[in-house]
Formats: sequence, C-alpha cells, structure tokens
Amino acid sequence: MKCLMLGNEAFARGLYEAGCGFVSSYPGTPSTEITECAAKYKEIYAEWAPNEKVAMESAFGASLAGKRSFCGMKHVGLNVAADPLFTIAYTGVNGGMVIAVADDAGMHSSQNEQDSRHYAIAAKLPMLEPSDSAETLKFVKMAYDISEKYDTPVIVKMCTRIAHSQSIVETSDRAEIPQKPYEKNGAKYIMMPGNAKKRHPIVEERTLALTELAETDALNKVDCGEDKSMGIIASSTCYQYAKEVFGDKYPVLKLGMINPMPVKKIIDFADSVEKVIVIEELDGIIEAHCNSIGVKVEGKKIFGCIDELSQNIVAEKLGCECEKGYTLEDNIPMRPPVMCAGCPHRGLFYTLKKNKLTVLGDIGCYTLGAVAPLAAIDSTICMGASVSGLHGFNKANDGESDGKTVAVIGDSTFMHSGVTGLINIAYNESNSTVIILDNSITGMTGHQQNPTTGFNLKGDPCAKIDLEALCHAVGIKRVKVVDPYNLEECDRVIKEEVAAKEPSVVISRRPCALLKYVKHKGAIMADPNKCIGCKSCMKIGCPAISITDKKAKIDSTLCTGCGVCAQLCKFGALGK
Amino acid sequence: MKTKNIMIVGVGGQGTLLASKLLGKILLTKGYDVKVSEVHGMSQRGGSVVTYVRYGDKVYSPIIDKGEADVIMSFELLEAARYTEFLKPDGVIITNNQQVNPMPVITGAAEYPENLEEKMKAKGINLDSIDALSLAVEAGTSKAVNLVLLGRFSKYFDFSDEEWMSAIETSVPEKFIELNKKAFELGKNA
Repeated sequence: MKCLMLGNEAFARGLYEAGCGFVSSYPGTPSTEITECAAKYKEIYAEWAPNEKVAMESAFGASLAGKRSFCGMKHVGLNVAADPLFTIAYTGVNGGMVIAVADDAGMHSSQNEQDSRHYAIAAKLPMLEPSDSAETLKFVKMAYDISEKYDTPVIVKMCTRIAHSQSIVETSDRAEIPQKPYEKNGAKYIMMPGNAKKRHPIVEERTLALTELAETDALNKVDCGEDKSMGIIASSTCYQYAKEVFGDKYPVLKLGMINPMPVKKIIDFADSVEKVIVIEELDGIIEAHCNSIGVKVEGKKIFGCIDELSQNIVAEKLGCECEKGYTLEDNIPMRPPVMCAGCPHRGLFYTLKKNKLTVLGDIGCYTLGAVAPLAAIDSTICMGASVSGLHGFNKANDGESDGKTVAVIGDSTFMHSGVTGLINIAYNESNSTVIILDNSITGMTGHQQNPTTGFNLKGDPCAKIDLEALCHAVGIKRVKVVDPYNLEECDRVIKEEVAAKEPSVVISRRPCALLKYVKHKGAIMADPNKCIGCKSCMKIGCPAISITDKKAKIDSTLCTGCGVCAQLCKFGALGK
Repeated sequence: MKTKNIMIVGVGGQGTLLASKLLGKILLTKGYDVKVSEVHGMSQRGGSVVTYVRYGDKVYSPIIDKGEADVIMSFELLEAARYTEFLKPDGVIITNNQQVNPMPVITGAAEYPENLEEKMKAKGINLDSIDALSLAVEAGTSKAVNLVLLGRFSKYFDFSDEEWMSAIETSVPEKFIELNKKAFELGKNA
C-alpha cells in the first residue's frame, strides 16, 4: 500500500517489517516518533528507558537473547550511550541490532549540532544514511540483514529534515523472524582484556568486509549525468538538494552507507569527471575520507560546517542564480517559543527571579525560563548538568554561594541523569538546593511517559517512582513539595530551603497544562476600572496577557485560569 | 510538471499540521510525488512555525527556499509578513488577518508593525486576506481557522469538492466533520 509517512514513521514501519521484537529508547527531537510509532505495532515490545545508555544496553540484552532489537535517540543521546556503543562494537550481536541516531543540523530543538557520523568511525560500526521515507524503510530492513550477516550493531543516521518530512512509501508485510537461541560464549561476550584483545582484530576484519559491501552494494550508487565537468558526492538531504538544483545534469555519487565508505567506487567516480564537489552538512567526513584515499575534492571550503544547507545555499555556493522573494522595510519582530499560558514552571521561575538566585538549568520546556521577561536561568549544558554543576559551583565557592544558588531540573530529566548528581551532593556534602520541576510528563518532546508518571509507553499503568522517597533514600533529609501556582508558598519554601545549612530538594509539582486530563478553571477577567496599568502582571511573560490602551487585557482563548497573574496584582484588577 | 510549493505558516498551536495533513492526503490520491516537511519540538511552543508542502512528478528537496513558494497560507498576519521572502514573484499569500502578539511585543521590546496588509500589497504581493477567525467562530469554533483557510486556498487549485470533502472525512474525528465542512465552505465563499 502507498502512503505518506514521516521519516520516523517509516523507520518504525521498517522495524515492524524486519521482524524487530524489542524497542527501548529515550525521547529526543528529532528521533522521538520512531519509538512512538513502533509502540503502535502490537508485535513489537516497546518501552521508554530512563536514558539512552539504559536503552542501548537493554536493546543489546534483547539481541543477546536472540531477538531483533532497536534503540533510538537524538545526537546528544548517543553521547550518553557511547559507553556501551564502543564495546558492543566488539562483541557483535546475536539477534540483529539497529541503533537510530537523529542529528539536528541547524539546532531546531537542540543544544549543539554535533555530527554523529564521527561515532560510527570512532566505534568502527557500519552506518547507513537514508535520504527520504521510502529509503528509510528500506535501509532499516537492510540494516538488520547487515547486522546479522556481519555480526555487528548497525547505526541508521537520521536528521531533522528526513525524520520530520513525510514522503511516499510502499509498505509490505512483516517478516516473521524466529528468535535465535542464546548460547554461552564468553570469548565473544565477556569483554575483559584477554577476550577483548582477540575481538579487536575481528572488528578490523569486519570493517574490511563491510568496505567490500560498500564497493559493491547499490547502497552507494551513481546517478548518471551528461555534463562531466563536475561530479557531486552527497548523501541524505544534501543529495536531495543537489538533485533539486541540478536534476540529472551532473553525475552524482550518492552514498547510502556512510561508514565504512568505499575506496575504488569513489576513485572510479572521480576519474569519470573533471572535478569532484562533496556536499555534506556539518563536518567534512566524506571529504576527509576522499582526501585520505588520494582523491582531490572540494567541500567544506565552499559550504562551511555550520548550520543546515538548502537548495538555494547549494545553488548559490556553486555559482547559480536564485529567485528572490519580497522584502518588506518593516522590522518583523521575532516570535520565539514561549512557556504556554498556564505552564506550571512560570510561577516557580518568577519566584527564583524575585529572590535573585543564580539558577543552573537543564534540558526541557523549562529552558524557556531563560527567556525575557523571566530570564531566570544562568546555564544550560546537557541532561542532568544542573544538579552536578550546582555541586561544583557551591564547592568551588567554599560556602559563599550557599543560599544564593539552585539547580532546576524536570521530572524526566531528573530520572535520566539528575539523580546521580543528587547522590553526589549527598555523598560529598555540598549545601545545595535542587528544585525538581515535576509536571508529571516529558514535556518538550511532546508528552512521553517516564518512570515518575505511573504509565508506560504503551499507556498501561505501571510502577511509579516516588520522588520524595528516592531523594530521602539517597541521603537528602530536607525534601519539600510546593504548588508552583501558589506564589506565596513557593517564595516561603524556597527562601527556607536555600537558607538551610544542609542539602535540600524542593519538588515543584503541578501537571503540564497541556495534558488532556488537566481541567482548567475559567479564564481570568481583567477589570479595566481597577487596573492602573502598572504592568506588574507582565513580569511573568504569560502569552495570554497584554497591555492595550494602558490596561491589562487577558486573551480568554489562551488563559487557563491558573491565577498566577492575579497574585501579582495589588489592585484586585485580575480575578474571576 | 514543475514542482509546486505551498508553505503553511502560523503560530505554534494554531492547527497548521492538520492543514498539511489534509493537503498531503489529496495530493497523494491524485498520484503526485509529495513531500511534507514539518517542525516538531521546541519551536512548537507558541513560536513561529512553518510547514512545507511540495508536489509534482518528482520532488527532491523536502523544504522550500526563498523565492520558491507558489502559495503561502498564513494563520496570522505577522507570520505572513515574515515569510514574504519565500514567495515567488507571481505567487499568492492567503492570510488570516488575525494578529497574535509575539512575546517581544507583549513585553514592549518590539512593536507589531502597522498596516502590514497595505505594505505587502504596495510591494506588488498578491495578497488574499480574510477574517478566518470570525468565520471559524461562525462555523462553531475558533479552532477551525485551518479549514476556513483551506477553503479559501481551494479557490486557487483545481481539486474537486469531492476530493476535499473526502480528505476532511478521513482526517478529522467524526463528530467534527460537519463543523469542518462548514468552515471550509465559509472560507471558500468569503
């Protein structure tokens, strides 16, 4: 059947058709929908793991047990899972194992734009890179065959434009792959030095065998072109941009397998054209390979290594004219993402700003607490870095920053890698206050369940981590819970906890306002007779409040009636 | 056939994704090669959002670049103005004339430009502006702005009424089908 599918949806379809039986992932834009879509197939066991390392190790365990398995993550998630990655590259697999990594060139929803292809090279693992949804489905199925034939995990690399673009796919039936028997094999699976030393040469031989595959398989193919004055080497979206600009004019070597790359195929291609241009986003990986095999190419000198490319960028950099649109003289104000009306994080960040605290932030919707007018965050690095960073900050200041500094971290991020930082605070005794923003969901990636929500990926009720008990158990004696809609309570508790002479945790608990089960009160009404236009209510950056004719005005279609603004109004102008 | 480019722009949460879903469905049944590119994640939170819909005999790039859009369908006036650089010289902008203040305007750091419609027309832009919000409310809910705009959009393309109605029927929950059809008709006849 022909249908339109997101790249990620096609990935999940590929998992289904390939007979994959086990999926474990951690959400991260732009990879999340692979696992969400896979969970809709009843034949596939699918789960959200607490983090990417756990997901990859679980998927490896399932492979060891003989099932075709999968784990998916975004580029920065692969940093977290890098530890198992480099060693399962040595052990190889039992049942086929496929790993998805989704890069985010242009940083639509990420904190950096690292190039995941480096990992495939560094870990010596095969990496396939599809260029649309149909190829994604096809490559995932091929990846399982490669995994089992060459005894290796296989990485399939996605990027935002492939993951989040729909294109036409043709689906077929699921292959029923029987579970392979598990046989004890210490030499293969116990990676202590004596065994690992024997596995490393096997990995190198495997790379040679995979290079042969790269030379012969249609994964890497040449699109013919009449004009031999230039040849293009590209993969993924860059292949599409090149074809968009030049059609069939120039020959194109399209690489579907990005590690290992072919040698002879590239040399032959280069010999068939006058010069070779490599078009690739981010780092010059293909270019470096070409240079290493003595093929002269141009690439990064033309395109640079920053941000996404596009058809116009490719065209202009290669000397073609592009159509210009219309330019208005007016300065068009930016429309940055904002915390939603009714967001429970708003009241908490207002309190932190009011108390002039230094705030080490983390990864999630609440990163938006850094934006004006709240502007309450001092740093954002990676998952969990708020908690461990706070410990270092306070230790370095030798007590000077105690009482002035806090960490903020969401429930899902705390489960991911915040709890280890909290253990460090308790163990190494820093006088730190960690605020867990518990909105009962993984928000930013679009509402995924996590170990604190009481539901699993399939939507079934399950064990629910008790955050208070967990904090107590790691050695934090002071654990307080506040309602972030209650500004007076937030202010009082946070003042008390930062002043305390021991580590403490404040759990700011209120479900995300976008959750379907959350019932909203009626919209707040602004009374123009009482409003004096002091703009106190504007300090919280709520998109539902504006000032019109010097009076506060509430957009009743957005307002959830959370009442935070009403607590700021000294004149009683905001109420029901 | 040369690839046709449609951009759907608006404010995160306005329902732009349903519009692209409907369009994609129709284009697929008509036998075109189709690519629909969306934005997920952080920018959805009340930020400026854009969806690219491309169709033709063979579509390569999933995105639309500056100067390439045949049609820009905008859910909000400022967003229409933001993307004029993407419009082809003979393209058309269909926009909801509703204004939604972005945060820099709310905080007073920037001003919402005045008379945007007149300024766009003065540049020679073919602008089709309608009060989609009022029409959506007339149809039954402010959330039906997307179907009002699609109705307006349908005037520029030769897809049959049956094709549109069938796409609506298969894309929205049953209890909202009639409401959405009404919104579509109101937009078309506005």
